[in-house]
Amino acid sequence: MPLARPPLVLALLGALLLTAACGGSEDDPGTVILATTTSTYDSGLLDEIVPRFEARTGITVKVIAVGTGAALRMAGEGNADAVLVHAPEAEAPYVASGDLVSGRLVMTNDFVIVGPPDDPAAAAAAPDLPSALVAIAAQGRFVSRGDDSGTHKRELALWAGAGIDPAALPREETGQGMGATLTIASERGAYTLTDRATYLALRDVLDLAVLVQGDAGLLNLYHVHVVNPDRHDGVAAEQAEAFAAFLLEPETQALIGRFRAEEFGRSLFTPAAQTPVGGG
Amino acid sequence: MEAIRDGLVEAFRLIGAGDGELFSIAGRSLLVSGSATALAMLAGVPLGYLLGRARFPARTLILAAVGTGMGMPPVVAGLVIWLLLVRSGPFGGFELIYTKQAMIIAQFLIATPLVIAFTAASIQALPARLPDLLAVLGAGRLRTLWLLAREARLGLLAAVMAGFGAVVSEVGASMAVGGNLAGDTRVLTTAIVTETSRADTERAIAYGLVLLAMAFAIVAVLTVVQQRSPR
Repeated sequence: MPLARPPLVLALLGALLLTAACGGSEDDPGTVILATTTSTYDSGLLDEIVPRFEARTGITVKVIAVGTGAALRMAGEGNADAVLVHAPEAEAPYVASGDLVSGRLVMTNDFVIVGPPDDPAAAAAAPDLPSALVAIAAQGRFVSRGDDSGTHKRELALWAGAGIDPAALPREETGQGMGATLTIASERGAYTLTDRATYLALRDVLDLAVLVQGDAGLLNLYHVHVVNPDRHDGVAAEQAEAFAAFLLEPETQALIGRFRAEEFGRSLFTPAAQTPVGGG
Repeated sequence: MEAIRDGLVEAFRLIGAGDGELFSIAGRSLLVSGSATALAMLAGVPLGYLLGRARFPARTLILAAVGTGMGMPPVVAGLVIWLLLVRSGPFGGFELIYTKQAMIIAQFLIATPLVIAFTAASIQALPARLPDLLAVLGAGRLRTLWLLAREARLGLLAAVMAGFGAVVSEVGASMAVGGNLAGDTRVLTTAIVTETSRADTERAIAYGLVLLAMAFAIVAVLTVVQQRSPR
């Protein structure tokens, strides 16, 4: 009897195809890869919005939660169909190059500086944002995201605005998302910059208080952009555009405005329709 | 302390209540890591057999490479598969990125060196002249292979356990190539990461317990098979 030698490559391929067959169907209305920030994801907002969009359109949304920097890079290489990000200065070059089109303001919230409730650096007593940062730089410990996210980019811009070189600070970088960074700051009695939504969502388990807020430099703008199908092959532009438009529908905007508002006594995100500043 | 106690209580409540999300995520872990381990056995056992039996010039070098592969961090495997499968990568056209298939491919890459190494070691431990002896006794080639596998079963089942244990517990590769999509590519390990960053410690603990229980159940069954005395 000759030795039965199964053609290994074929077997592998067959098994893969079999699992693939379990997955999709032929007349699939399509898939959108949405690269977004950890703040929209960790707060649970997209868990509210995405299923409604999927139920109505049949389009599957794959939400990849990374930092804004990584999300923009994915878009710039055509590896995502849409981005929901919050670093207008970092978005600008991608808009200028034509990689991102059809940008719209979706919602806003604000960044806050949180720290130990006893505020050893007296940041809360500072007259303005730059002097609060100077006080933290002089007296406190600061934990940074260090992950090229929108929040990290904003932090670096704030240090620059206060005339401080962040490299010279007693400052640690976590390289992790906002939730993990808040936990680390809380455990180490350190200050950090956070979007208000993530802070509120985790407030109960953190030993951190909001110390600096309300400055114009702390406004946090979330834009949606569609990846330009003329510049990248395989982009599901039609589906991405449908999702972007869905975010701005009055019903979705209202949903954003009341998302977890009862739980926290205030809304986590302000829908663009109610935002006094212009979109970019 | 309180968080740990509350976490455990809530974890057992979720498990006892048959929490749908928990069980669908656990099922997905089993499906993805089970498929990856099965494919790794399919590819790794013949290669391991070859490396254990045959003698050829580059053999030692290949064994060393396989040994290095055993120590490869899963996140590196994830990065490589991500770069290959992402839309701008060489295999982007297959649209496999952020799917269970992508996770299976990455986990296959992680498990295969383990399977090869364990198989090679167990085959090499058999008496070198055993195949000839079996042939003399009248066994055909297939029967010879089967009898050899029986003799080497301690090592082969150890290969399954090592491979499955490695992939069901890894998080880096699954996160990178699966994208941790709720209801689609979220497995127990990536779910633990998500719930931790959302400060839902109870769920994170529940997922951790289920992961441990699942790994224990599978390894226990394999160990029983492995330790059964041969007839």
